Amino acid sequence: MPAEPSNTEIGYPRVKNHLSRFSNEIMPPVLLIGFVLFAWQIFASRSGLSDFILPSPSQIIRAGWETRALLAGSIAITMLETILGLAIAIVFGLLIAGAMDLSPVVRRAFYPILVASQTVQILAIAPLFIIWFGFGLLPKVIIVVLICFFPLAVSTADGLASADADLVALLITMGAKRGQIWRMVRLPSALPSFFSGLRIAVTYSVVGATIGEWVGGSAGLGLYMLRSKNALATDQVFVAIAITTGISIGLFLLITLIERAMLPWYYAARRAEQWEQAGIY
Amino acid sequence: MMFETNPAQSAVSVPKVELRDISKTFSGDVETVRALTNISLSVAAGEFITLIGPSGSGKSTLLNLIVGLSEPDSGEINIDGEKYDRRADKVAYMPQRDLLMPWRTILENVIIPLQLKGIPDAQAHTQATELLPLFGLGGFASALPFHLSGGMRQRAAFLRTILMEREILLLDEPFGALDALTRRELQDWLLELWRRFQQTVIFITHDVEEALYLGDRVIVLSPRPGKIIHTLEVALPRPRRQGMIALPDFGRQVTELLDALGVAI
Ligand SMILES: Nc1ncnc2c1ncn2[C@@H]1O[C@H](COP(=O)(O)OP(=O)(O)OP(=O)(O)O)[C@@H](O)[C@H]1O
Ligand SMILES: [Mg+2]
Repeated sequence: MPAEPSNTEIGYPRVKNHLSRFSNEIMPPVLLIGFVLFAWQIFASRSGLSDFILPSPSQIIRAGWETRALLAGSIAITMLETILGLAIAIVFGLLIAGAMDLSPVVRRAFYPILVASQTVQILAIAPLFIIWFGFGLLPKVIIVVLICFFPLAVSTADGLASADADLVALLITMGAKRGQIWRMVRLPSALPSFFSGLRIAVTYSVVGATIGEWVGGSAGLGLYMLRSKNALATDQVFVAIAITTGISIGLFLLITLIERAMLPWYYAARRAEQWEQAGIY
Repeated sequence: MMFETNPAQSAVSVPKVELRDISKTFSGDVETVRALTNISLSVAAGEFITLIGPSGSGKSTLLNLIVGLSEPDSGEINIDGEKYDRRADKVAYMPQRDLLMPWRTILENVIIPLQLKGIPDAQAHTQATELLPLFGLGGFASALPFHLSGGMRQRAAFLRTILMEREILLLDEPFGALDALTRRELQDWLLELWRRFQQTVIFITHDVEEALYLGDRVIVLSPRPGKIIHTLEVALPRPRRQGMIALPDFGRQVTELLDALGVAI
């Protein structure tokens, strides 16, 4: 929203409290989404398009409510695969990142493979895992791990490498041991990039689990989506889209909250860099 | 004087820090920089040396060599007459950048040397907290570094260096970012600390008056490649008083240093 120009001050009004922050940052997208849904509802009910081409929002909500038992089970399964896969990916990602940081040989060996592995289409290899590991939980978890592992490993490795070399040198002169330098400098320096990797991984993870279920699942939101599509129940397809998106956003917000709680220095420093008041310091 | 035969005599006269014919060249991809050539310098135990020279004359490079972060291409560095593998254990080095950890509060930053020595946090906190007011950081124990001005950050870095409690202090422009008043206060505080604990100090500055006010001896480095072009034994009585900068003697020595630095007088 444009600031009221004032005669005495140049720049933007300072954000005073959470209330005005809410109205400044959260209200606009919420209003926009509300407006789009409203327009969609009007359009879908007036245009005469058939329901299976474009169901209206209210119809989608009804479809979700009617299949709620099935949905609840599907959500639970998909969430389980997502969380398991994420957890395993975090463990492996951190291990590989640590190994790459400790050994240049490991880094040279792994880094290009990690990057190249991202060009492999997950849709193409997903059926392989189904063939190898069946229709249960395992292949989906593996797919989630594969998708999430890369951003985590690479961003954490980059973060570890980004530690200020001068600071490390200073600690060496103070007699710090390797482990102390890790704990005191490298790990804290890596946390911001670890979290940005985690935020990317989290948004991919739900997609990964759903793809796994779509390709060969006995349960989950992917299967719900596939069945709805086959039955031309477009409204249910929309339900699945809304729920997977909702889960992704929820996980994303959760990670952001954890990050803010864990890295107050990082956010405070960033905020200090962008004072709302104009000026060059 | 460096090779005393009488052991009883050598005990008093072995230099604390001795540089013998040090040269250092940095070879990069594009160009090779000769940073220091043929530096020889003997610093007696308890001596206060100030090092002055234009930007790029290799002052920081020299401290890096002494502390052992890099090794000279040729020449020798001795501490207490010995060639140590880990010279860093003997010196407290305060680099030009403050290098405070952004994720630690000021108090947590300054106690790092104590933590590394294995002193329990509670005791380290008490010890450092007592010193914070003296360094003008009284109300800032739990502030994060980015909240502080450049001068305050530098004072925190200075306190961190002091808490290393070493016999040799290598200070790279420790007061460079301070305002004139605080700078004088900390100069006097440093001199008092030095009078009490008799550390050997090598102090880099860009400020001719500061070099004179603090030092027993002022070493002037030439522009790149740095070599020692002038040494001045400071003729001012101890203890130093800020009023001394008004003495004619002081002015004469300022002129001498400016002349050595090539500043038109
Ligand atoms: N690690 C390095 N690699 C390459 N060149 C370097 C390195 N360190 C220093 N130099 C070069 O050596 C020269 C001396 O640098 P140094 O930092 O010691 O100067 P200085 O006297 O401390 O300058 P200032 O007063 O600006 O701090 C400079 O030309 C610098 O570019
Ligand atoms: Mg320097």
